[in-house]
Amino acid sequence: MRQKYLCLAACLLAAVMTASSTIQAQTGTIKIGILHSLSGTMAISETTLKDTVLMMIDEQNKKGGLLGRKLEAVVVDPASDWPLFAEKARELLEKDKVAVVFGCWTSVSRKSVLPVFEKDNGLLFYPVQYEGEESSKNVIYTGAAPNQQAIPAVDYLMKEVGVKRWVLEGTDYVYPRTTNKILEAYLKLKGVADADISINYTPFGHSDWQTRVAAIKRFGSAGKKTAVVSTINGDANVPFYKELGNQKISAEDIPVVAFSVGEEELSGLDTKPLVGHLAAWNYFQSVKTPANDAFIKQWKTYIKKPNRTTNDPMEAHYIGFNLWVKAVEKAKSTDVEKVLAALPGLETPNLTGGIAKLLPNHHITKPVYIGEVRADGQFNVVFKTPVVPGDAWSDYLPGSKDTEADWVTLKCGNYNKTTKKCSGQNYK
Amino acid sequence: MAALLCLVVSAAPVTAQPANEAFPAALAELPDAGFADKEAIVARLVETGHSSTAAVLTAMLEDRLYVRTSDHRVFITTSADDTQTSFSLIDPLTLKGAGASPAGELTKIDTNNRLRRVLRTTTARFALSNPDPGVRLSAVTDMLRSLDDATADLLRQRQPQEPDARVRREIETGLAMMALADANPTARLAAVQTLASRRSAEVRNRLGALLERSGDGAYAEPDAAVRQAANQAVQRIDFVRGLYSGVETVFFGLSLGSVLVLAAIGLAITFGVMGVINMAHGELMMLGAYTTYVVQTLMPNHLEWSIPVSIPAAFIVAGLAGVVLERTIIRFLYGRPLETLLATFGVSLVLQQLVRTVFTANNRAVAAPSWMSGTIQINEALAITYNRLYIVGFTLAVFTLLLAVLRRTRLGLQIRAVSQNRGMARAMGIRSARVDAMTFGLGAGIAGVAGVALSQLTNVGPNLGQAYIIDSFMVVVFGGVGNLWGTLIGGMSLGMINKLLEPYAGAVLGKIAVLVTLILFIQRRPRGLFPQTGRAAEGA
Repeated sequence: MRQKYLCLAACLLAAVMTASSTIQAQTGTIKIGILHSLSGTMAISETTLKDTVLMMIDEQNKKGGLLGRKLEAVVVDPASDWPLFAEKARELLEKDKVAVVFGCWTSVSRKSVLPVFEKDNGLLFYPVQYEGEESSKNVIYTGAAPNQQAIPAVDYLMKEVGVKRWVLEGTDYVYPRTTNKILEAYLKLKGVADADISINYTPFGHSDWQTRVAAIKRFGSAGKKTAVVSTINGDANVPFYKELGNQKISAEDIPVVAFSVGEEELSGLDTKPLVGHLAAWNYFQSVKTPANDAFIKQWKTYIKKPNRTTNDPMEAHYIGFNLWVKAVEKAKSTDVEKVLAALPGLETPNLTGGIAKLLPNHHITKPVYIGEVRADGQFNVVFKTPVVPGDAWSDYLPGSKDTEADWVTLKCGNYNKTTKKCSGQNYK
Repeated sequence: MAALLCLVVSAAPVTAQPANEAFPAALAELPDAGFADKEAIVARLVETGHSSTAAVLTAMLEDRLYVRTSDHRVFITTSADDTQTSFSLIDPLTLKGAGASPAGELTKIDTNNRLRRVLRTTTARFALSNPDPGVRLSAVTDMLRSLDDATADLLRQRQPQEPDARVRREIETGLAMMALADANPTARLAAVQTLASRRSAEVRNRLGALLERSGDGAYAEPDAAVRQAANQAVQRIDFVRGLYSGVETVFFGLSLGSVLVLAAIGLAITFGVMGVINMAHGELMMLGAYTTYVVQTLMPNHLEWSIPVSIPAAFIVAGLAGVVLERTIIRFLYGRPLETLLATFGVSLVLQQLVRTVFTANNRAVAAPSWMSGTIQINEALAITYNRLYIVGFTLAVFTLLLAVLRRTRLGLQIRAVSQNRGMARAMGIRSARVDAMTFGLGAGIAGVAGVALSQLTNVGPNLGQAYIIDSFMVVVFGGVGNLWGTLIGGMSLGMINKLLEPYAGAVLGKIAVLVTLILFIQRRPRGLFPQTGRAAEGA
């Protein structure tokens, strides 16, 4: 008898609790985590992305929120400190219980939070172009994989500019090293001789480029058209381009194509020595489309500074946010499992007039644009491709050629096509 | 095939239409053409021989060719500055003024690198008779990059009437390079002999190409005598170019050394003379760099003068910051190096965040005045960049001035007295507290001046100081604490070692090698290159 009452009480209690939690779910807000450095060296680039997500949340709330609930941003500052990224990610997932996180810039920070997201089954939208060789169940990569940036850029130089000799110049860390490995394999596949490829790395923040630029000049004076493919990171770019200008190497002689110099970076430097040099991105502010014009206007109004620029990772967050909203609407829930199941195959327009589709490997389709730097810090598009599907595992590296990522049918981030096995760190 | 097609396309209108019709016809096609089509149109414009071809192509190269939206007509504008609201227009056919048009009405006819290169070599032909020998020289140099029969003819016509010796020499080089393909072996031999005295990479490549063998083992150059001459010439050119690249490396070492000395010299005063471990030294340099930025924004129309104005301004700003820092924090911590280190480190963070709040975290653009950009072409194989040259000179000037202040002025005498024996100096009536503040201010001011120089070389951002603080301490410790000459020699040798190693070891390994060498050196000689001697040093 007593047992029966006890059971009844427990049942009642449970019912009340579920009821209250559902009530809360309907009335409470949906929390969105923003994991971007607001101080330290990466603050320059990442603060803009934080503002972009805040703007998107604002916009969505004006439309009445999502599933009848308002969105609420939870902003944390990992301070450009890689281990702190993991700590802050855990805080967002375990303490704040956010539905989704938009964040990270450098590959190191992404690698640092990856175990946390996989353990707590979180959802991260990563907006920056990166070296590939990764596909996690819990990460959506809205930035470019190497086949959406580096390879098309090299193709452009090879076919349109007639480049025969290559300098691969990078900062010494994981993104340039992996990208250059892929590019080297690709160039050799295209019949470029060893002697016509020169690969060099310099430390972070390298500021004395005299020797390197003189070496590039020498390398480029062998009578064949030469180009530099630059994966030089952020701050080191300014002295590099200054030195190129000072040593009278113009873009007409030796063009430099960069993968990490965008509108935001150009706004902080004297663009005179850069005019004519190239950058490869999936978005440029100067692309004229109604969607882009509206986005630029919205951004300038939101940030209240008419001279602020938009850039490629901002577009990636724009796409990522819209994809997430669509997935939540489709799943009618913010539960990570349900959203992840709803995401693949979703489509949303990008800002340059194309369609971004989320692929089963958690990458998206993007067009590739090659632009020449103009004197006003914007880009003049000289080449564009139709949308290219992002490939997580490069086809030009021996180890990753046979690997495939597919979270729909195979449910695996690194499925080996020859051994037919799924293995590795990103598999859960 | 494509080239042939292009020729056919370009030749057809010429035969069909007289020049004064073909020119506007080709011009009208420009706005809607792709980059490759524009190249063909440029060739057609040249073929028409119209009198305003040169003006149109030059305008296109300089981004001054626009198309008006309302009537789809092409115009040349007087200025390439696209921030202006209204452009004054020039008619491309008559080259007479054609009124003005608001910026919104006009669309620029874009060029890309490849097209600009074509335009540059094409317009060079028209510049051959320019009265300025400098323009003629660069025109000939541009033409040498893409030599063909047409350009060679132009050079040949120009040669007898060219008054300037340097231009004549370049024309001679160009004609000799063309003559390398002559059917007559004697002409080829003469060409090789002419080219043997040149130093440029282009000549070296052309001569080197003669010595190459094709797949069946036959030389590109059939005549053995010519081959031998070419071989000798290549060896000679390689030797001279190698020599000059050595000179270049030494100059790179000197210039890196100067930057190190400049960054460290303020520290040599605060750390070397006063014994204060000032972790905020880098941030004082940063203040100097930001001062340059502020000066440039305040006088946007006098960019050439911004650097001379910035130097005293940066000295005052950073110097005052230094005096405040000394008076409010450091003077309470004398004799407690660990606490000074922590306190100044804290100050450095505060200064960084202050700059982030005032100027935002973004880097600021500091422009280089025109007298500081570009190179001096010493000869075909050696060029030295102006900004580096100025910085070497500037470092030496700052060093000499500082030495003079310490040796020849009353303040210098007092500084030396206080640093050698504080008690005795005070007994002689020197107000040691005031001297401390002045010394620290002097060191800080010089750090600010170094910041002005750094603003010309690297990013002006909140992290500027951090990049140089380690190097500065390294130089001071290596040179010998308390010895200005040690700082000079130490900085220069570190720069030199770094640059000599870099071509072989790469920048990353080179830096590590320098650090390891330095640690080993300090193990052997803890007091650095030029240790201080005497009682003061022993007491410290």
